[in-house]
Amino acid sequence: MHPQNNVVLHVADVHKRFGGLHALADIDLQVEEGKTHAIIGPNGAGKSTLLNVIIGRLPPTSGAVIFDGTILTGKKPHEINQLGVARVFQTPEIFSDLSVLQNVMTPAFARRDGAFKINMFRQVDNEHEIREEAEAMLEDVGLISRREVHAGALSRGDKRRLELAMCLIQKPRLLLLDEPTAGMSRHDTNTTIELLKKIKARGMTKIIIEHDMHVVFSLADKISVLAGGRIIAEGLPEEVRGDPRVQEAYLGGAH
Amino acid sequence: MTSFMSRKDFILFAGFTIVVLLLPILAAPFGAAYPDLLQRFMIYGIFAVGFNILFGLTGYLSFGHAAFFGVGSYAAMWSFKLLSINALPALIFAVIIAGLFALAIGYVSLRRSGIYFSILTLAFAQMSYNLAYSVLTPITNGETGLRMTLQDPRALDRLFFEASPGAPVPSIFGMSLSGWNGFYFTALFMIATFFLAMRINNSPFGMMLKGIKSNQNRMNYTGFNTRPYTLTAFVISGMLAGLAGALLVVTDPLAGAERMRWTASGEVVLMTILGGVGTLVGPVIGAMMIKYFENIFSSFNANVLNNFYSFLPDGVREVMVTISSKFVGEGWHLSLGLIFVLIVMFLPGGVMEGVRRIAASFNRRANGNKAEARVATAPAE
Ligand SMILES: Nc1ncnc2c1ncn2[C@@H]1O[C@H](COP(=O)(O)OP(=O)(O)OP(=O)(O)O)[C@@H](O)[C@H]1O
Ligand SMILES: [Mg+2]
Repeated sequence: MHPQNNVVLHVADVHKRFGGLHALADIDLQVEEGKTHAIIGPNGAGKSTLLNVIIGRLPPTSGAVIFDGTILTGKKPHEINQLGVARVFQTPEIFSDLSVLQNVMTPAFARRDGAFKINMFRQVDNEHEIREEAEAMLEDVGLISRREVHAGALSRGDKRRLELAMCLIQKPRLLLLDEPTAGMSRHDTNTTIELLKKIKARGMTKIIIEHDMHVVFSLADKISVLAGGRIIAEGLPEEVRGDPRVQEAYLGGAH
Repeated sequence: MTSFMSRKDFILFAGFTIVVLLLPILAAPFGAAYPDLLQRFMIYGIFAVGFNILFGLTGYLSFGHAAFFGVGSYAAMWSFKLLSINALPALIFAVIIAGLFALAIGYVSLRRSGIYFSILTLAFAQMSYNLAYSVLTPITNGETGLRMTLQDPRALDRLFFEASPGAPVPSIFGMSLSGWNGFYFTALFMIATFFLAMRINNSPFGMMLKGIKSNQNRMNYTGFNTRPYTLTAFVISGMLAGLAGALLVVTDPLAGAERMRWTASGEVVLMTILGGVGTLVGPVIGAMMIKYFENIFSSFNANVLNNFYSFLPDGVREVMVTISSKFVGEGWHLSLGLIFVLIVMFLPGGVMEGVRRIAASFNRRANGNKAEARVATAPAE
């Protein structure tokens, strides 16, 4: 076993039922500080549901989520984010009506000003620091040339990169990524992998859900395999790769 | 100026101020250059600009803003009756009371969004209307409406002077507010309201409100507690509605319950959409257009129509007069409905979208299709 003394996120005995469907059963997951923890599994395994429970979008039927000693269960999504948890969604959640630059500046305000502040006497044009930070962030994800474009007009892959930038600018302690490279070209996927490696070097903890095994094996320190709402295997990438149960779940679930 | 206001904003604000102050001249060709109508332009302009701070920025469509307008009217009237005929305390009092009212109604209504929010605000406004009409008659004087009388206590005034003879009328520090004074007085508040709306629109707070309109979920997962943001916008727009209601009483000292009816709430929605939701000047243009056409259409009667169609043979003329008369006078709302349908069908962004399209086509002609890309990508004002 690996030392577990620096666990930053603990999903403890979580169950989630949707009517008769047991979407998550007996989930116990520990994520270590600074590590990238991949969650893989067939469609409908419950991966996104697990992230929904962590960020407070869905309450678990039973069990709790503990982040850095704080119980997240029962807290509101904005409180959970303010504690340092950010998420990239499976279908991009961006501000389609705002410009790309405004999309990235908005989360920067949340980090600086907190959950609520009546800052109506300042002007966005004078927020040079936030603007520069947002532009640097857009530079990192390769969207700087599109900063004045309406975010709704971006391609699917660009929307994902934008959403990633929106999360990264908050410098979260825990970043949840739900299929961050789906819909991206090979080239953009590789750029994203490089970007995620770079932030890993800065010590950000990540949970990544991904179907693309190339992405998983390039980034993951540890892999949990979810099938039918249960964790059926867990371990280092090389351990999981050879596990017969995993191959069966994938072949059985996907076909 | 550079750090206080960008060049673009300064030009917009200066332009707006100049146009407003020159309205007595600019409106003359339209036959609208008289204070009674122009001050209604200003008052409903304030109402619509305030409404747009809620609807245009957050996307929450209130169908009950006439309640705050009416509350502002009553509050101002009570200030005239109890305190002083000076308009200033009346306006302050009205804005505070309307703000408190908006705080209470907004607090409850904002627990829901979309159509449920709209229905809640509508229900609260209808309740307020019914209360004003019947139960609260001692405060509102019910059907007759509330006006000033010689017997009013006017405590502040009596402290300083003997009650002046004759019927009391609102004034500002002894200066009469009738005629053109009334227009310039309301124009001042219109300009101040526009300035406030502009500042909010360009502030981080305004950007948060636009974020809520665009994707409230993302705002929550981004760490914003959206409810206090929407509530603040709601209260600000309620206070401006109260200010408008009070100004109406300043210029026309009678506060009646019909100002709180759902048709009045609907009217400010129409003004905002007609002019251009979420734009700065759009609501003012919408308010002016509706008040202008109301003025024209509702003044028509069978006589005027008969004259208008006098070139037609008798039988045809009668048919035309009968048909047209449904659209004018009391029936002018029918015309308003038609205008509205046409705008929503062909210019869903309102008059401001029309302006933008025309400007874009001029640009295109001027510098090829370079401008096209710019128009397509420019975020909405
Ligand atoms: N809000 C909900 N209400 C009812 N059922 C739900 C809800 N959310 C998810 N489910 C169901 O729970 C199961 C798990 O869904 P989930 O989205 O977590 O799967 P996933 O592992 O993310 O799949 P994919 O790889 O397709 O994204 C599915 O059967 C889904 O239909
Ligand atoms: Mg999923």
